[in-house]
Amino acid sequence: MPRRARTAGRRPPLVLLVPACVAALFALLPLGYLAVRALERGPAFAWDVVSDERTLELLGRSLGLTVVVVAACLVLGISLAWLTVRTALPGARAWSVLATLPLAVPSYVAAFAWLSAEPDLAGFGGAALALTLVSFPYVHLPVAAALRGIDPAQEEVARSLGHGPLRTFVRVTLPQLRPAAAGGALLVALYVLSDFGAVSLMRYDTFTRAIHTSYRASFDRTPAAALSVVLVVMTVVLVAAEARTRGRAGHARTGTGTARPALPVTLGRWRPLALLWCGAVAAVAVAFPLGTLGYWLAVGSSAGRDLGGLAETAWATFAVAAAGAGLTTVLALPVGVIAARHRGRGARLLEQAAYAGHALPGITVALALVFFAVRYAYPLYQQLPLLICAYAVLFLPVAVAATRAAVLQAQPVLEDVARSLGRRPWQVLREVTVPLAAPGVAAGAALTFVVCMKELPATLLLRPTGMDTLATRLWTETGAGSFAAAAPYAAALILLAAVPSYLLGRHRT
Amino acid sequence: MNELHVEGLTKSYEEGELILRGLELIVPSGTLAAVLGPSGCGKTTMLRIVAGFLRADTGTVRLGGRLLNGPGVHVPPERRRIGIVPQEGALFPHLSVARNVAFGLTGADRCERRRTKDEMLELVGLTGYGDRMPHELSGGQQQRVALARALAPRPQLVLLDEPFNALDSALRAGVRADVRSALRATGATAVLVTHDQQEALSTADLVAVVRDGRVAQCATPQDLYRRPADPWIAGFVGDAVLLPGTVGADNTARTALGTVTLAAPPGGLRAGTVLLRPEQLRLTDEDSVGVVRGTVTDVSYYGHDAMVTVAVDGHDTPIGIRVAGPIRVRPGEETGVRVEGEAGFHP
Repeated sequence: MPRRARTAGRRPPLVLLVPACVAALFALLPLGYLAVRALERGPAFAWDVVSDERTLELLGRSLGLTVVVVAACLVLGISLAWLTVRTALPGARAWSVLATLPLAVPSYVAAFAWLSAEPDLAGFGGAALALTLVSFPYVHLPVAAALRGIDPAQEEVARSLGHGPLRTFVRVTLPQLRPAAAGGALLVALYVLSDFGAVSLMRYDTFTRAIHTSYRASFDRTPAAALSVVLVVMTVVLVAAEARTRGRAGHARTGTGTARPALPVTLGRWRPLALLWCGAVAAVAVAFPLGTLGYWLAVGSSAGRDLGGLAETAWATFAVAAAGAGLTTVLALPVGVIAARHRGRGARLLEQAAYAGHALPGITVALALVFFAVRYAYPLYQQLPLLICAYAVLFLPVAVAATRAAVLQAQPVLEDVARSLGRRPWQVLREVTVPLAAPGVAAGAALTFVVCMKELPATLLLRPTGMDTLATRLWTETGAGSFAAAAPYAAALILLAAVPSYLLGRHRT
Repeated sequence: MNELHVEGLTKSYEEGELILRGLELIVPSGTLAAVLGPSGCGKTTMLRIVAGFLRADTGTVRLGGRLLNGPGVHVPPERRRIGIVPQEGALFPHLSVARNVAFGLTGADRCERRRTKDEMLELVGLTGYGDRMPHELSGGQQQRVALARALAPRPQLVLLDEPFNALDSALRAGVRADVRSALRATGATAVLVTHDQQEALSTADLVAVVRDGRVAQCATPQDLYRRPADPWIAGFVGDAVLLPGTVGADNTARTALGTVTLAAPPGGLRAGTVLLRPEQLRLTDEDSVGVVRGTVTDVSYYGHDAMVTVAVDGHDTPIGIRVAGPIRVRPGEETGVRVEGEAGFHP
């Protein structure tokens, strides 16, 4: 059908194109400036930093941590997905929900929980433990979705051809899960490489922590910039790889269209073991952090607490996160509409530019903005607008993805009808596209708000002197070992983050 | 006057594939024309060009003498005064029925707007439904609202893009008749794009058959059915019995079903394809002149009529015969077949 030619020939109207280009340039600015800054003292100097023994050691440590966390996440994510989707596990739905909850726990809150229970965990083991327990849902969610999408008839055919359940799983099911699992694994890897909170609290030196230390320790900031460039190269490679697997996973899914759900596998004598496994994961990933938090809250309250300070910090966090989410959403709107409605190279480039933040660890964006402000916009240095800009660069991908999905929900034919009824392009945007996409865009804004609120490394570097967010305060107190003082901030963060997450969940159903 | 005049329309897609190859179409003012063709023939592309959503490579579109598409001219959709009724209605889900219908009434004052809206809802038989939201309506009702919305600004032309596709067949005939009478009442020129030959024949005043990006034939439904331009069209617009024949004396041709009278002189041809419709054939027990004997191979009973297939000597595929009333034959039995009326003849 000729439908494929729908929007191919139409160029985006200027009302969209101009602001979208502004947003894209804005998103690319830190990346560009980082490169400029790293090479400022000549490529030779930058190379010295990069090829330094210390850098190679950092590389080894970062990669080692990534490999271990990814492997652990794959084991946890795939086993839980299979148990909750395909077996007659008692309470499968509840386990499934429990397995997604750790997503709401920032890595530094997990690190706080484990450190406060056992300070000796600091180091590689502690960092790997904390990161695994907060990021395995990135594997669990796509794998569970893929498992639900596989036509059970394929497995039935394999069984009828003489394969036992295990052989069927290995030869038929597992290969189809590979794209989903690979995509999830890459997300976990990206999370680990970009993470600052958990590794810094666990005092395990990776790139992010080294960049922070180097920035704080010396006036010469070129080494920090050079290290940032190496880190960014690593994350960009990961993002590109993730995008490729996502493309292929999409192909693998088309045409499966399940007619009926698969018959659940009966676990038999394995049932207690399966329950024990799910229970153990839920205990360490959900119950333990909450329990520790509760313990320290109780300990702290007997010691008396500074409620005024907590309220002030919560309010400051709320305000900067709201401003960050607002700016991000406004910048994302034109890009998201173009990405949903227009094909062609220009539109794709715009969208990809806006996704730059996805590959940039928070610390590198913060560093780039610090350099930029010091050189060209000194009055902004350590002022709120710079922090809000950092949020926008970092979380533009979140808002663009939400806007794009929301606009896709509004059928293009509605816009055609509006045009035929006498509306100009910008009127169509105002009267049809935006009202229809509004709920999805609002959901994206809520999500952006949550991630802004939890952001740690960029906030640490860019916040105005004397200002604290819940995240920075939690980080400082935990770093100083005052767990009882840190606990209320962790609790407030989880509560504030839970509200929009809950709303999002309702929005989707 | 609201005559639609489409001339020499061509359009190719990026892959270089030509989807329209010089399409010509004239729809007189006030006429409901159907553009009929198999999927992929270019009919939807034509509709989108006329509406202004796509640009043609070459060719012109005029409406009531106004040039809409031509060399260097492309009037944007909002200034064409062409209403569209898309597949499945495409009502704005965030607006009530009344606000959907009033969407195109921008220039008018409130009072006028309200009157037009009420008038349109009455026209499509949905008075009192103004406050409903689109999801509270049935498929047929949504389709009627979509028509009211398209007609409200008094467009010069209404384009209907397979608007009855999504409706189940029981509903379709009713909605179709309502749409036709609403269009008649407003006197709008209308173009209905469809791949359903029954829908085209029963709804339209004029049917244009599109094949490979061109109009293969444009005629009234009766003419199209009775005098198709070629065997392909004959088979596309209805069931056809196509038999090789050799021309005999006095406008006749000899076929496997005996000698048949031709509707028009064969024009110097010696041999060709003879076209008969299944309802032109009769089953008979007589053994008189002009009756050919054959064996019944199959009977498909439809209620209002039945299709009996009969194998006759001299033709390798069984011939379909439409029989109204009770069926007295069974597969395997022998029967006589007689041809009534005149046959078409094609090279």
